[in-house]
Amino acid sequence: MTVYSIVIYFITGSLLVISLIASRKKTLMALEKAWRSFEGILPELIAILLFVGLLIALLNPETISQLLGESSGVWGLLIASVVGSITLIPGFVAFPTAAMLLNNGAGITQIALFISTLMMVGVVTFPVEKKYFGTKLTIVRNVVAFGFSFIVAGLMGVVLG
Amino acid sequence: MKAKRYVFPLLMAAVVSAVFAVDNQVGRNALSITGSSFLEMLSVIPPIFILLGLLDVWIPREKITKHLGEESGIKGISLSFLLGAAAAGPLYGAFPIAAVFMKKGVKFSNVLIFVGAWSTTKIPMFMFEMGSLGAGFALLRLAINIPGILLMAIILERITGKESIDAICAQAASISE
Repeated sequence: MTVYSIVIYFITGSLLVISLIASRKKTLMALEKAWRSFEGILPELIAILLFVGLLIALLNPETISQLLGESSGVWGLLIASVVGSITLIPGFVAFPTAAMLLNNGAGITQIALFISTLMMVGVVTFPVEKKYFGTKLTIVRNVVAFGFSFIVAGLMGVVLG
Repeated sequence: MKAKRYVFPLLMAAVVSAVFAVDNQVGRNALSITGSSFLEMLSVIPPIFILLGLLDVWIPREKITKHLGEESGIKGISLSFLLGAAAAGPLYGAFPIAAVFMKKGVKFSNVLIFVGAWSTTKIPMFMFEMGSLGAGFALLRLAINIPGILLMAIILERITGKESIDAICAQAASISE
């Protein structure tokens, strides 16, 4: 992640310099646009990050492992999908967490469902997505992704379980 | 009216402070998680927006339409997939890019493929997933997701309909102006 971030900052910096050499006016225009779009989602972003921090701090890992156990059945799946859909956890935290939950006895189908909904469904980021895609498409996209996550998890449970 | 938009995050900050007062440990954990998410955000989001600004100013619409537009076919689909998969960072980073794509005339299903690929088949994350959960888990998930993303893009485009798509594109164009 850090390597990637160094690379992307480096590329952006280089392009910015090239752009500046080519045209000062256009570069300023680009930066102005960049700032305006960033500021456009900043308030929602701050609120979302605060909310998710609180949510995850309130859930503890042992309880989650139990709730997502191999034999937790429909309830386990339901919990995995709801928690995955609502929360927003960076991948470099989510994958080790998922591995830890698996080692503590969580089922593979439940974990696959959790990972898949985590990545594809964004309930807390709804206000941001809505700004770009409109309410209808945002709802439909999330619902379809939610359904698809069950297919992914089901297939993975059958093959790997 | 600008300040009004910050009422929601301030309210959230007040809730977190209240939790801090009730249970110091939980408050501390919450802030440390928020902190790591914030760092993740800073590690990719600002350069993404700058790249977007540069793309918007320097790359003419015709060029993008040619590679990713209505007539771009399989090449456009593959390119959208690769662009999404090469990304890093949380899904909300994909939406502003999607908006500029729509403004520049990228085919709507390609925009959806890009967002889908960004959400779940990111290459940097794939390496990490293999390390944590094993090659079997990561490869199988990828193998199911690739056709899934294409299928979902087609379904979503159908459900949304031409009229709504035009409205969304117009809205997206006005945002990234």
